[in-house]
Amino acid sequence: MPRSLADALALLKTEPGVWKPFAGGTDLMVLLEAGKLDHRNYVNIWGLDELRGIDVTDTHITLGALTTYTEVQSHPIVQNEFPMLCQAASETGGLAIQNRGTIGGNIVNASPAADSPPALLVYEAEIELVSTGVSRWLPYNGFHTGYKQMLIGPDELLARIRLPRNTHGASHYYRKVGTRKAQAISKVCFAGLARIDQGRIEDVRIAVGSVAPIIVRCVETENTLRRQTPGAETTQTACASLSREISPIDDIRSTAKYRLQVAKNLLTDFLSTLET
Amino acid sequence: MQINFTVNGEERTVEVFPMARLLDVLREQLHLTGTKEGCGEGECGACTVVIDGRIVNSCLVPVAQANGAEITTIEGVAVDGELHAVQQAFIDHGGAQCGICTPGMVLAAVDLLKRNPQPNESEIRNGLAGNLCRCTGYMKIFESVVRAYQK
Repeated sequence: MPRSLADALALLKTEPGVWKPFAGGTDLMVLLEAGKLDHRNYVNIWGLDELRGIDVTDTHITLGALTTYTEVQSHPIVQNEFPMLCQAASETGGLAIQNRGTIGGNIVNASPAADSPPALLVYEAEIELVSTGVSRWLPYNGFHTGYKQMLIGPDELLARIRLPRNTHGASHYYRKVGTRKAQAISKVCFAGLARIDQGRIEDVRIAVGSVAPIIVRCVETENTLRRQTPGAETTQTACASLSREISPIDDIRSTAKYRLQVAKNLLTDFLSTLET
Repeated sequence: MQINFTVNGEERTVEVFPMARLLDVLREQLHLTGTKEGCGEGECGACTVVIDGRIVNSCLVPVAQANGAEITTIEGVAVDGELHAVQQAFIDHGGAQCGICTPGMVLAAVDLLKRNPQPNESEIRNGLAGNLCRCTGYMKIFESVVRAYQK
C-alpha cells in the first residue's frame, strides 16, 4: 500500500518483477481468484492521486492512467472530440465495472479484445511510462508487440495517456460486436475515423480489436482508402486489404470466419457513412 | 492487515488478508449476507455494493482497497425499518422472484434514481445492464423502478 507514486516506483525498482501493480481490479481479481496470476505480491496503486485526473490544453487532452470508464465518459471534451472513447467506456461491462475499471488498466492488461484500445489507436494516443526519476513518452501504436507482450519495463508504471485534439470535423465510427450489449467481451471491435475533403477520403484511421494477437491499426487498408471517393469499388478494395491485414482465430467467443466477415461488414458500414 | 471502514453508517474494524474479496469479508466476517455471490467474475451484479457513492462489484474489490471507505450494502438501504421506495416497489410489483439478484438490482436502481430521478426505459436498461436476473424476464423489474420514482 504505497502512499505515493514515488513509493510505488521505488518498490518496483528494488524488487523488479516481484510486485504486480493492482488498480481497479476488474480483470485481475478474476484471475487472482482463479489462481491464474503468477505474482504473489501486489502493489495497490488505486489510491495514487498522481495517476488520476484529466488535463486539457489547447492541443491535447491527458488522462491519468487511473481514470475510470465512468470518468472518461462524463468528461465534456472526451464527449465532444473523442466520442469513440466515450462509447468504448460506456460499452465496457456495466456501471459497477465502469466505476472501477481504468483506462490504464485496459492498456496494460493487454487483452486483444479490450474495448478502448481501438479508439486510442485511431486517436493517435501517446502514453507516458514512468520509473524512479524517469519519464518517457511513446506512441501507443507499437506498444503492444505480441499477445500480452508490451514495451514496459518491470520497474515502470503507465502514468498517463495523451490524445492530440485533431479530430475536428472528422466522422467517427465505433462499433463493438459481442454476444450481448452489456458486459460481454467483444467478438470484433472496430474504430474508424475519416475526413471527407472535396468528395475524397482524407486522414482515414482504422483500428480493429479481437482479430489478431494485438489490436491492430490497419495502415494498409487506410492506404487503399486515402484520396479515394467513397463507393462500392473503394469499399471492395479496402475489404480485400483488411482481410490480409488481420488474422482472426477460432476461440471460445467466436470463429475466425465469423470475425473476418464481421470486420469486413463493419468496415463497409463505416465507409457507407462517408458517402454523401 | 487491519482495515477500518464505515459499513451502513457504522464504523467497523476487521483483521483480514488484504487481497480478500470485499464480498467475503462482508458476508463471512460482518455477517451481512444480503450481498450475494453470483458469478464471482463481475458479470452478474449480484454482489453489488456502494463504495463512496458509486456501485461496484464487491467480488472484484480487494478489501485493502476499501480501507477508509464508506460502504452501503443492501442491509443499509432501508432507514429506521422503513423500506426504500425501490424496495417497496419490488415487493408490490413482482420485481423479485428467487431473490439472488434482488439486492444488487435494488442497489443499482437506487443508484440510478439518485443520478437520474426520472429515467426512461432505455436509461433504466442501461442503469441495470450490469445486473443479471434469471427469473423475472426483467419487465417486472423495470416496472418496479418506474413505480418507485412515480411514488
